[in-house]
Amino acid sequence: MLDVAVAYNRYKFLGDEFLTWLWFIIEQDQHILKKVDAELISLEVGNRIVLENHKKESGERITIKGDSASLEEAILALKKGAMVSELNLTYTSGDLKWQFTLKGESLNISSLKTPHIGLPQTNEDIEDVVLEKTYLYERIVRLLENLYAYFIKERVSNNWQNKVVPRIHKWLTST
Amino acid sequence: MGLLSSSVSITRYKVHGKLNSPIVDRVVEGLKKNKISDIDGKADEMMVGWTSFDNPFQPRFDDSSFVYGTYFVFSLRIDKKNISLKILQKHTSMESAKRMAENGRNYLTKTEKKLVKDHVMNVLSLKIPATPNIYDVIWAYEDQFLWFFTNLKTANEELETLFSKSFQLSLIRLFPYFAADMSSGLTHSERDGLNRISPTRFVT
Repeated sequence: MLDVAVAYNRYKFLGDEFLTWLWFIIEQDQHILKKVDAELISLEVGNRIVLENHKKESGERITIKGDSASLEEAILALKKGAMVSELNLTYTSGDLKWQFTLKGESLNISSLKTPHIGLPQTNEDIEDVVLEKTYLYERIVRLLENLYAYFIKERVSNNWQNKVVPRIHKWLTST
Repeated sequence: MGLLSSSVSITRYKVHGKLNSPIVDRVVEGLKKNKISDIDGKADEMMVGWTSFDNPFQPRFDDSSFVYGTYFVFSLRIDKKNISLKILQKHTSMESAKRMAENGRNYLTKTEKKLVKDHVMNVLSLKIPATPNIYDVIWAYEDQFLWFFTNLKTANEELETLFSKSFQLSLIRLFPYFAADMSSGLTHSERDGLNRISPTRFVT
């Protein structure tokens, strides 16, 4: 097994590539989302997206936020070689809705808001509430794991260079 | 940030290794061995330990109350005394002046200055109460994963150290490489491919 620090630093680009690919499939390939999560109604880009361009010597970081933010600037940054480093997402399943942010470098989940459940009223309620909340977290963790597993399988296959990268290139240049 | 909060952060880990049976007893031992102890009124500046999820200021691990369904739910507590630099400077200056007067000198050696600083830190630590920070943990033993409810680097490092010390199991943070290597169901040849990949350029 690779040393932790080496693995973290050498392969941290994978997380940013994952988020960039994820945005692409949200825009262009919704059937993949349904394939990895049969209960998914929708997965949409939420109110925050951060892009970083490491091609530039000084490094460039662009943050776009707000519920009605225009994503044109983000597309422009991608065209200049930036990658998505942070992505806020809204996930809907049935009539339930979650909102959360993924960070590319670490694949950490932050600002995760689940559908509302009541707080425990008595000590006896705690276990039920914790288990219900855990189930709601697990839905997002499983979604992330399944999407990432799908991405990685594509990423290490010949499909990546032959099909996926040209499609993302076409999406960027035609938008 | 507590797991029942309206907004949470999660750092995901894979748990490497197995405990000897009976599992719950081994977990109780690990939690009790490194249970948080109060440092108020003591000279310690910081303390890290396990505490109960449902009663973080009176931890108890004598029964299986930390078992929720198939999960172990408990918390990491980090108690720290925050002594401001200005308070430290003030008391160090006062103590230095006192010692110089006692010695009949108008200077302190490097060693004396260090002794003064250590003394002041000890005295202030005895007086200042520690600020507790509590971070919840959900451990799915059978599925070998653990969720830690914060992304704070220092808290994650404390968790990894204390978990290893308590249970002799290691936690592997599922950042991009290890998430790919350990949790994506890659075949042997796909894993070889993973070790050879380099960054993609979507635009030329």
